[in-house]
Amino acid sequence: MSAPVRLAESPSTGTARGGVSLAEALNRALADAMAADERVVVYGEDVGKLGGVFRVTDGLAERFGEQRCFDSPLAESGIVGTAIGMAMFGLRPVVELQFDGFSYPAFNQVVSHLAKLRYRSQGRLDLPVVIRIPYGGGIGSVEHHSESPEVYYAHTAGLKVVTPSTPSDAYALLRAAIDCPDPVVFLEPKRRYWEREDVTLPSPAVALGSAAVRREGRDVTVLAYGPTVPVALAAAEEAVGEGWSVEVVDVRSLSPLDEETIVASARRTGRVVVVQEAPRLAGYGAELAAVVGEGAFGWLEAPVQRVTGFDTPYPPARFEGWYLPDADRVLDAIAVAMAY
Amino acid sequence: MADVAVRQELAGGSLPARDILTLLAPSGVRREDPALECDLDAGAAARLWEAMVIGRRLDRAAVALTRQGELGVYASSAGQEACQVGPVLALDAEDWMFPTYRETVAVVTRGVDPVEALALYRGSAHCGFDPRAARIAPSATPIATQALHAVGFAMAAARTGSSVAALAFLGDGATSEGDAHEALNFAGVFRAPCVFFVQNNGWAISVPIEHQAGNVVLAARGAAYGIPALRIDGNDVLATYAATRAALARARSGGGPTLIEAVTYRMEAHTTADDPSRYREAAVLDAWRQRDPLARMERYLRDAGVLDDARVASVTAEADERAARLRRALQDAAPLDPLRLFDHVYSAPTPLLERQRAQLADELSRMEP
Ligand SMILES: Cc1ncc(C[n+]2csc(CCOP(=O)(O)OP(=O)(O)O)c2C)c(N)n1
Repeated sequence: MSAPVRLAESPSTGTARGGVSLAEALNRALADAMAADERVVVYGEDVGKLGGVFRVTDGLAERFGEQRCFDSPLAESGIVGTAIGMAMFGLRPVVELQFDGFSYPAFNQVVSHLAKLRYRSQGRLDLPVVIRIPYGGGIGSVEHHSESPEVYYAHTAGLKVVTPSTPSDAYALLRAAIDCPDPVVFLEPKRRYWEREDVTLPSPAVALGSAAVRREGRDVTVLAYGPTVPVALAAAEEAVGEGWSVEVVDVRSLSPLDEETIVASARRTGRVVVVQEAPRLAGYGAELAAVVGEGAFGWLEAPVQRVTGFDTPYPPARFEGWYLPDADRVLDAIAVAMAY
Repeated sequence: MADVAVRQELAGGSLPARDILTLLAPSGVRREDPALECDLDAGAAARLWEAMVIGRRLDRAAVALTRQGELGVYASSAGQEACQVGPVLALDAEDWMFPTYRETVAVVTRGVDPVEALALYRGSAHCGFDPRAARIAPSATPIATQALHAVGFAMAAARTGSSVAALAFLGDGATSEGDAHEALNFAGVFRAPCVFFVQNNGWAISVPIEHQAGNVVLAARGAAYGIPALRIDGNDVLATYAATRAALARARSGGGPTLIEAVTYRMEAHTTADDPSRYREAAVLDAWRQRDPLARMERYLRDAGVLDDARVASVTAEADERAARLRRALQDAAPLDPLRLFDHVYSAPTPLLERQRAQLADELSRMEP
């Protein structure tokens, strides 16, 4: 894992060091949120002295002290369960679950309580908790470190689920998530942590529940989120050579979903490809396809195409190049859509 | 660090076995302890030392192979050889063990080919060995989960009148997980023939034991669950062997589970991807080097007249040869068949998987020149 850059105390401008990385933008968002609101506390496994295994919490314990940023025991159910209690007291916990595959021990607390306490208490309790989870593959890791669990959370009423694909969105969405009175599962595309963008932080605010058109096009809409947005953009670029004009929409908020932007794009182009790393069956792409079918049926020239991971457990690292959807696969799907 | 001493002292009061049991002082001097009997004489104990020499050599090779890109990442057992060799050699052939990602030396000691043992880290398979042939569960990465499997396995053995016992490896950090507590409780309730071997190596990635547990004496957990527990010197292979051997005998005779806390130290980074300079002083390693498990055993065996320069040289040469074989096997490995990624998802492939397999086969055929 690459060397971290200390960012918690300096304003970041995108020009100084060739841009801001996604991990640095998250770090800055945490620092700014902690500076702005002393109720914000950050904890999880190895987030203190180490600064997190991806260094997203680098420097926070040092700057804000152990009361505000600290290491927890190795217990995910404990992390989320105590975050619920802290939020009931009045704090705004931002907790880290170290990897996607290690978010499952906390599932009971997330589904049974975090998602439901507002409803169960008839609105008398709110739980402004953010759960940060590095997710997705592509970093050559061992099993359980590369999963895409987004639908488990998106399917759970009461949770908001967002996933940024750029450093400026990472900053803005994390600030919005921390400010949100509802619990937010914040999925960080770990293979994009080190990708840089020329941006000055703080980046402009982004509301939860809004998608972004990353590239405009006339012939096909590609819907992607998190780690697959750059894949979709690469495919769109290659498609130019085939004479196809591809629009790329970064869904970025999985719950709530910005159906309006998605349907409007589908109506404009008449062809839609959805991309996700997760397996196909009952994946988030199926929801996107249904939304497009409901909202743009009369405008469609072709059935919605899905580009997904295979319906296997995430494979060993040496197989992941064959497993992960790449630009070629997206291009194949665009070609199928164009052939109608 | 004063904090640690105070906590240790406080915790001592609740510890069933007062002290850290040792049979072999760091100086290599053999001790007796009525609480821990070792049936091995020096001649028979030599194989423990040999397995540690081979294990350490392969472990070093694995670290080097990671730097060369042959492995993706590796979690070293360095410094913990006594914890991984002693318990494994205490097992009967029929017993099963339930290791974590840390236990490569234990897996190799059980007789698994290092190439197969390292497939997880090479990224060529999630588990490279045959669990039934080796009688080893696939190494578990989600922390503490394997402890429950070991207990269930042991419960099944007991229920069917089998004399097979289960050995679960856990780290100190793992004792914080709910699964670890549930495993201890199930084992206590059902008196499962299961041995919990906790390697307290002081660290869970960057988190030291004194931030992990309110009572840093992990053996104290035994009392809470009605499980006999002992705390041993994890760098003393006679102690790790003898404690496990006795616990397995108890398990087999219907005496139920045992919790063994072996106090040791993680001498390397958490994994090759970790940078321990961010959270610990390298100087602490010096004190632990004085407690090296291999050095003390070598001294003991030399003093007992079991080991001489010639035997040391021949065991070292054999260890080097095994490391060289591992290196060659990885460097000469045949390319992987991409379509294997669809194998074994279910007992038979589903139509969806068949379609996806055909899709990948088609993509691959189009990629050929
Ligand atoms: C459920 C779960 N949470 C988090 C992790 C990430 N992780 C891997 S190893 C580790 C520390 C484990 O410490 P310990 O149990 O003491 O074993 P050691 O690695 O020191 O042998 C953590 C937090 C994981 N593998 N599984």
